[in-house]
Amino acid sequence: MGAARKWLVIAVPYLWLLVFFLVPFFIVFKISFSTTALSIPPYTPVFEFTEGVAGLVDKARQLTLDNYLWLTQDPLYLRSYLSSVWIAFVSTLLTLLIGYPLAYGMARASRSLRPLLVMLVILPFWTSFLIRVYAWIGILRREGLLNQLLTWLGVIDAPLTIINTNTAVYIGIVYSYLPFMVLPLYAALERMDESLIEAAQDLGCTRLQAFWKITFPLSLPGVVAGSMLVFIPAVGEFVIPDLLGGSETLMIGKTLWVEFFSNRDWPVASAVASILLLILVVPIVLFQHQQSRQSEDGR
Amino acid sequence: MNGRWSGFNIVSVVVGFTFLYLPIVLLVIYSFNASRLVTVWGGFSTQWYGEMLRNEALLAAASVTFRVALVSATAATVLGTLAAVALTRFMRFRGRLLFSGMVFAPLVMPEVITGLSLLLLFIAIDLDRTIVTVMLAHTTFSMCFVAVVVQSRLVTFDRSLEEAAQDLGCPPLKAFLTVTLPVIAPAVIAGWMLAFTLSLDDLVIASFTSGSGATTLPMRIYSQVRLGVTPEINAVCTVLIALVTTGVVAASILNKRSMVRRERAERMAFDER
Repeated sequence: MGAARKWLVIAVPYLWLLVFFLVPFFIVFKISFSTTALSIPPYTPVFEFTEGVAGLVDKARQLTLDNYLWLTQDPLYLRSYLSSVWIAFVSTLLTLLIGYPLAYGMARASRSLRPLLVMLVILPFWTSFLIRVYAWIGILRREGLLNQLLTWLGVIDAPLTIINTNTAVYIGIVYSYLPFMVLPLYAALERMDESLIEAAQDLGCTRLQAFWKITFPLSLPGVVAGSMLVFIPAVGEFVIPDLLGGSETLMIGKTLWVEFFSNRDWPVASAVASILLLILVVPIVLFQHQQSRQSEDGR
Repeated sequence: MNGRWSGFNIVSVVVGFTFLYLPIVLLVIYSFNASRLVTVWGGFSTQWYGEMLRNEALLAAASVTFRVALVSATAATVLGTLAAVALTRFMRFRGRLLFSGMVFAPLVMPEVITGLSLLLLFIAIDLDRTIVTVMLAHTTFSMCFVAVVVQSRLVTFDRSLEEAAQDLGCPPLKAFLTVTLPVIAPAVIAGWMLAFTLSLDDLVIASFTSGSGATTLPMRIYSQVRLGVTPEINAVCTVLIALVTTGVVAASILNKRSMVRRERAERMAFDER
């Protein structure tokens, strides 16, 4: 390909992502330092490029850390961050516990059955997230299907309260993100050479020992990739805590949403987003590093 | 891996898939419930589908959603395919690290951050929030999914085919269009479909970037769901599930067929030698 064409192939998506992905982050960052105002848009702009250097210096004096100080003063924010990370962490662990046996079973299925099983994992991923969360409301409600079933079976006398609790949020996250965990796990397990485990067993390992010494370490890239794909978006999740969680459920995605849409405090919402991004930078970089290494290994 | 399928394996697969599918199956069943009480079975009825078709706000939202999905999926496919070509063909260029970072980061970025940042961008450049801003936002996050899907196909593509065409006098662009593109076409189509459904599904980013008169279907569903579960919403969800399932299954059958055909053609070409 000619140099001009190469330049074009790179420049078009590059510029698009710069304008619509990277620049917006800087705007968020910028607005997080501005003052809340009762206007539309509801903040005082930090600086305009048209005002020249003098204007810049003048505006720089107006920069404020108030929004960040505010985040440290109201315990709501700190608790939201901590609880988001905790909920995402527990959910990731639960997803791994359910996803691993499923991926393992799929990888050991007969060669002809595997494409169908993979398809069955991918299909729910294509159906709407909102719909899948909504489906759980009908199941978990007080008069919902789960309580009906348990009462009918005689397991419980009074209906359980699951909806609008953190338990419902865990169920929602595990359910919604399960395909993201299973696919990388399956990819790692499917590639594995079965003769390694046979060799380990010949050398006197029990099946369980062979699993912990051979299978699990070899599937670690899949475990890491799957966990990142679940953990990172789960920390900032909004739909699940909003629809399935209750007043006790504190998650930062919901706090940001309320700050923005109900309180109309854009600078504070921007500060909330900036800190969230800061928390997620390490896992995101880790994820990217692994992704680009994998795509280079594939060649 | 190819071992014995033990009882434990079978049980974990069956339990896993039951967990994945049971809620969706129940939702579909209860969309045919005659009773207004969503969780009490009152006999079979299709009345909620009729209600759904008479709900004009819902239909307007559906029309907005399909227009957004069509435009943004198409734009995202072009941009995402270019990005995939750039990432697989050019291993060294200035800012490659930043570029690959910007392609992979949106895959895991929490939607509230993407939505908020795009909205603030639109306000900063003084762009009114309309259906167009939703299209721009959806194009941006779905092009990265397209790039990943197409890239995974491109890395396994044998470049010598394209080089051979060029050696035989084919101009580079024509070689790409006539040799490479047909081979990666299934991935490009899959990318388009993925972008389309991502746009169809999105609630959070659309809520931030859309203005009045551009309410999408997920936004409409969400505002009704907050008021309570209704069989009418079950009906809407069932239609969407049916649409997406048909599309995905059809695409995978087509994909498989084209793969079989290609393998046969390759085998024949080999036999003739």
